[in-house]
Amino acid sequence: MELVLFRHNRPGRMTSFDEYRADGGFNALTRALGELSPNDVQQAVIDSGLRGRGGAGFPTGRKWSFVPRDLPGPRYLICNSDEMEPGTYKDRVLLEHNPWLLIEGMTLACYALGVNHAFIFIRRGYEQAAVNLRQGIAEARRAGLLGENILKSGFSLELDVHQSAGRYICGEETALINALEGIRANPRAKPPFPAIKGLWGQPTVVNNVETLSNVPAIIANGPAWWQGLAATPEAAGTKLFCISGHVANPECFELPLGTTLGEIIDGPCGGMRPGSRFKACIPGGASTPFFTHEHWDVAMDFDPVAKAGSRLGTGGIIVFDQSTCMVAVTLNLIRFFARESCGWCTPCREGLPFVRHILEKIENGSGEAGDIDILREHVHKLNYAFCALAPGAMGPLEGLLRLFEDEVREHIAKGACPFTTPNLCQN
Amino acid sequence: MIPESLRQELQRRVAGAVTPREAAVDVMKELQRHYGWLSDEAAEEAAGLLGLSPLQVEELATFYEMIYRRPVGRNVIHACDSISCWAMGGETLLRHLEQQLGIEAGGTTRDGAFTLLPCPCLGNCGNGPTIMIGDRLFGPVSPEQAGILIHELQRHGAD
Repeated sequence: MELVLFRHNRPGRMTSFDEYRADGGFNALTRALGELSPNDVQQAVIDSGLRGRGGAGFPTGRKWSFVPRDLPGPRYLICNSDEMEPGTYKDRVLLEHNPWLLIEGMTLACYALGVNHAFIFIRRGYEQAAVNLRQGIAEARRAGLLGENILKSGFSLELDVHQSAGRYICGEETALINALEGIRANPRAKPPFPAIKGLWGQPTVVNNVETLSNVPAIIANGPAWWQGLAATPEAAGTKLFCISGHVANPECFELPLGTTLGEIIDGPCGGMRPGSRFKACIPGGASTPFFTHEHWDVAMDFDPVAKAGSRLGTGGIIVFDQSTCMVAVTLNLIRFFARESCGWCTPCREGLPFVRHILEKIENGSGEAGDIDILREHVHKLNYAFCALAPGAMGPLEGLLRLFEDEVREHIAKGACPFTTPNLCQN
Repeated sequence: MIPESLRQELQRRVAGAVTPREAAVDVMKELQRHYGWLSDEAAEEAAGLLGLSPLQVEELATFYEMIYRRPVGRNVIHACDSISCWAMGGETLLRHLEQQLGIEAGGTTRDGAFTLLPCPCLGNCGNGPTIMIGDRLFGPVSPEQAGILIHELQRHGAD
């Protein structure tokens, strides 16, 4: 199959600037600045059907089109590299191998948007990725591909790396904007949306690493070519799926968008690890409802996954085998979300610890029959939270109650967890 | 007091920012590197450099997981306790680290060499269970490998 994001990869190290150029890197930027108008670039991204790879799946070109071009003052582009959704590590793998696609993609996006100052907001812990980006930006600048008057086109761009200090909520785009401004990273009210009023009150687009890294291939090869890379006519492009848990090869793979769950696990993942049978998975990062064997043939694309009751999310697939207690899985996820709540709004700050308490009770064997209703009520009520964190946290809980209600009831009836925690360190 | 060279470096960073407080996280990190943690004195230094009140710095400092508002050991071991590492034996690894270091999660060894902190997903999920020591990610880490890592750090002192 044709690769876009991993096409230039060299095993175990970052692709050099010369290698990327020799592979045709920065040709899309050269062509765009020479032959295409900013609007042509935006239109190509709209036509490609590219949807955001950070979790929400919003059409990227449409997001760009919301930015008013006639307001006074600067506009900004921010790349969201605050990859902190548990089970998600695709952007790290991408940036450790190839920061060039992001640098070129951001430059193209900024050209389309009329942005002259852009930021890469990267999480703590991604030290190598940050080093690669800083080195890449410096080399691109020396080659005249960043900075003042790029390739003598009259277009200029400053690209800065902002390294965060670790907090999940910073990945929420309005919280991220606050974090970048040096303000405590609580989310902001929407509207106004960042496209109108974002960083320092100016129109701002926030896009994910993988999203922006697809832009060079769309411009170089055309939107129709890029769209055709997908596994189904409805999907567009490729997707980085990063797999973890009980499979034989838990790695990050670039695959056609719309590849089925079963094909991913039986194919590149090499099936389950020895002794393991597939029980369930989280299909798209910690905030997405579970899939079970009945979802084996679901095409891993935004709409089919949503139709099957979950979300494609980030493409972080976490696989569990028969020895895994799904109450314990959900409790682990809820503990994460409760701890990462920024505390700004009551449903999230108070609701998540309460859900955690109920799940702890059930897992420890002191659950009561009424607890299931209490949990159901919270799945519904935490949707009233200020931002998407608490509703996201309810994703796996909703899945637990829909797909594994019997398992929850068994905990309550037996007064104990019927599983032993899978302490199965294999290495 | 911080060395004049560090002060000047941080002043340059602040001057290069779009607004002074944009540099807040960088300034806190550099001061933390100097002091070992973000002490009250460091928070006041940060406030002075950024044109903020110490309370405004506090509001930021307490928000971030990797800004330490309490003293930590020379080596901070972050052990991922999120779902992918949990599925691969992260809890066992954490218990093992506690035993080996003779402290509970959240604590610091008496000699000031190690602090052990459970932390959210480190983005190394295909290689769980994962720990981060300083700026370096390690995974998959078996209890035996964790023991070897700690022995090496003890032998070579702080990195």
